[in-house]
Amino acid sequence: MAVGIEKPPVGLSRVAISQTHGENSPYFAGWKAYDENPYDEIKNPSGVIQMGLAENQVSFDLIEEYLKQHPETSTGGDHNSNFRENALFQDYHGLPSFRKALASFMGQIRVGRAKFDPDRVVLTAGATAANELLTFILADPGDALLIPTPYYPGFDRDLRWRTGVKIVPIHCNSSNNFQVTRQALEEAYNSAKAMNVRVRGVLITNPSNPLGATVQRQVLEDILDFVTKKNIHLVSDEIYSGSTFSSSEFVSVAEILEARNYREAERVHIVYSLSKDLGLPGFRVGTIYSYNDKVMTTARRMSSFSLVSSQTQQLLATMLSDKKFTENYIRTNRERLRKRYDMIIEGLKKAGIECLKGNAGLFCWMNLGPFLDKPTRESELVLWSSIVHEVKLNISPGCSCHCSEPGWFRVCFANMSEQTLEVALKRIHDFIKKQR
Amino acid sequence: ITHSFLKTNRKMENLSKIATNDGHGENSPYFDGWKAYDENPYHPINNPNGVIQMGLAENQLSFDLIQEWIQKNPKASICTKEGISSFKDIAIFQDYHGLPEFRHAMAKFMGQVRGNRVTFDPNRIVMGGGATGASEILMFCLADPGDAFLVPSPSYPAFDRDLRWRTGVPLIPVPCSSANDFQLERRALEEAYKKAQQANIKVKGLILANPSNPLGTLMNQDALTTLVSFINEKNIHLVCDEIYSATIFRSPEFVSISEVIHDPNVVCNKDLIHILYSLSKDMGLPGFRVGIVYSYNDAVVACARKMSSFGLVSSQTQHLLALMLSDEEFVARFLEKNTKRLAKRHMLFTKGLEEVGISCLRSNAGLFVWMDFRRLLSEPTLEGEMKLWRIIINDVKLNVSPGSSFHCFEPGWFRVCFANMDDHTMEVAIQKIRSFVDPKNESLVK
Repeated sequence: MAVGIEKPPVGLSRVAISQTHGENSPYFAGWKAYDENPYDEIKNPSGVIQMGLAENQVSFDLIEEYLKQHPETSTGGDHNSNFRENALFQDYHGLPSFRKALASFMGQIRVGRAKFDPDRVVLTAGATAANELLTFILADPGDALLIPTPYYPGFDRDLRWRTGVKIVPIHCNSSNNFQVTRQALEEAYNSAKAMNVRVRGVLITNPSNPLGATVQRQVLEDILDFVTKKNIHLVSDEIYSGSTFSSSEFVSVAEILEARNYREAERVHIVYSLSKDLGLPGFRVGTIYSYNDKVMTTARRMSSFSLVSSQTQQLLATMLSDKKFTENYIRTNRERLRKRYDMIIEGLKKAGIECLKGNAGLFCWMNLGPFLDKPTRESELVLWSSIVHEVKLNISPGCSCHCSEPGWFRVCFANMSEQTLEVALKRIHDFIKKQR
Repeated sequence: ITHSFLKTNRKMENLSKIATNDGHGENSPYFDGWKAYDENPYHPINNPNGVIQMGLAENQLSFDLIQEWIQKNPKASICTKEGISSFKDIAIFQDYHGLPEFRHAMAKFMGQVRGNRVTFDPNRIVMGGGATGASEILMFCLADPGDAFLVPSPSYPAFDRDLRWRTGVPLIPVPCSSANDFQLERRALEEAYKKAQQANIKVKGLILANPSNPLGTLMNQDALTTLVSFINEKNIHLVCDEIYSATIFRSPEFVSISEVIHDPNVVCNKDLIHILYSLSKDMGLPGFRVGIVYSYNDAVVACARKMSSFGLVSSQTQHLLALMLSDEEFVARFLEKNTKRLAKRHMLFTKGLEEVGISCLRSNAGLFVWMDFRRLLSEPTLEGEMKLWRIIINDVKLNVSPGSSFHCFEPGWFRVCFANMDDHTMEVAIQKIRSFVDPKNESLVK
């Protein structure tokens, strides 16, 4: 190695030094506990069970079955000339066949209540990239996005870190099942104004993470009216849209827009991904669907920093254009998620634990408020620590989701086998018994 | 389906400054030639009068080797019956550390490309969304908005977008001149640095591509050592984009910055050194979006790794490449054959041009040549260059890239790509250039 020289450490950027990457949040401390002592049915039955990871592992068999029956999906297999074209394809418009298949898939999830134009589909490497990209486009450094609490912890990094944009919470509470109210919207907007911060938009996740519930139609209408009145944007992250237990219970903002004849649509942008509904987070497939031409064009250009691998686009184009497969997958996946949800709710109920009534997602929103020493964040974290280190379950504390009411926890149920879920439920049961 | 949105009376609130500025770079003339090609692409049978694409630095010479490997290794695909047992684990894998086997294979490959004269640590391999995403990640790590980076010119046009657009980091060109074959001079570096200081601009680092785009030349040991001495003295970062490291087709041999800083005789603060890499050029796989940040600075590795969440490589692709790149025998054979084919193309092309008095900068790397069309300019100005360029696109029907789009200060130079087409198209292109330059074939050697 070259001779080292003594020099004051050369600075990195402020972004590099900041803590906005968010990894020092308790959200991640539980992960470390899991990483150091992961549960295994046979090899480590007393290890930490991972319930903090919103992954969908209940429907892989359907995809594997499809691939076995369709060998033509493999790269450079029988389709020699396609390999070259595919390997070269880096056009930020994305593979036309993939865009078409994805637009069609999104329409199928909404049971035809909304249709998507393939030419408006902008591809990004995951929803992580999509959300950051939209933030760069809709807001300047120092501006704010309003986000209902509780919200996905990753937003703190994804929306703020490199963009310099702030998040101002729209406070929701259990008195009305954490639904967004018009009053809460106004309060959030005014608090930003009081801080001299310019609000550029509202960002919602529908179905909600961590609530595991769809946003009601009336609330969507209210939010749309609000952003119109304030002349700001609306981003609807619909990443869990295919994970609603019943297809009829999800209302997409796309449907509302269609019903309004697309009036004011140019302020609305939808984010989607295949990481949750299809359980393919490793493939990095996200999309921005904007009704605003300028946003769409700019997002497409900006997607250059995070394009989807052409190899992956090719594979998924074939798979998602198979309507028979997608219909069966969507339906079966919903059923299996519902079954899991029922199982965990039942198990928690037996232990005397209530959850928010949910109808979507890969997790439930559990209320341990009654078991807190005091209704404070500190108490919540103390309880959480026992659950992670003694009960050995990595669940996510509500404070990491910026929930204003202490005592709520997000518990994932789709990233493990049924047996493991039984073990987890038994541990919770025993723990609660001891608490009494 | 087209949505016909009713226009509102009130104008939609503006988008961000980043969204509305020109930072996307697409209004540059660089893209006009592409538009001409897109509207009228050459095809040997269907459109022999179309525009031949010579503005795209792609390596299309060695796909057969890769395809052959893929066919012989069905396990590398998670879709084949041999590989499907890995499907689930790969599909779930989104850890920003990347698949360990992918990192190991990449580190090994990078070492092999450098003749195993130096080794790379898999734990320093960080992913980015292609070199495009990787280079932006480094800027976010190393510079604040307003801090500047020096860029020896002529340079890759998309640096303007990739390094500046969302980061707010201005680029300061360090001009190089044909007087000494566009070699980077210490004097020019000092001058650019001083000028920045006088303008109260904080220079955080220097970025260059080695091998050079658009020149196709290498920096030798001395030049790199001088560069290292300069950045150490100023205590600024050095980012070496080695994206063309496996395209050296003739001597002299490539000297990587990694070799220079491992040299015990060289004094260097390794925290200043960062390498960019990708498989888009060396292996011809731009669609796979494999960008790599390799930093000798631990804090940068840690930060870049977190940022890679915004542009991870698809796990499906990581899995395929992990197997392919760790196949030493395949890699050795690929590197050898690929460079031989590049050498042949380069020779064919430059010889065909020499015969009509067109010279190119003497080069031994890259997927292009730096062609000297100065004597064909009506006037030695930017306007003269643009005029000539429009003739080349519209009349000669070749999309070549004008030197001005590379921030070259001397008019009349053009970058011409030669590895993105088949042999026949290459012949046609050479013939078109020869006819244009020497219509009466007066200097044609029989």
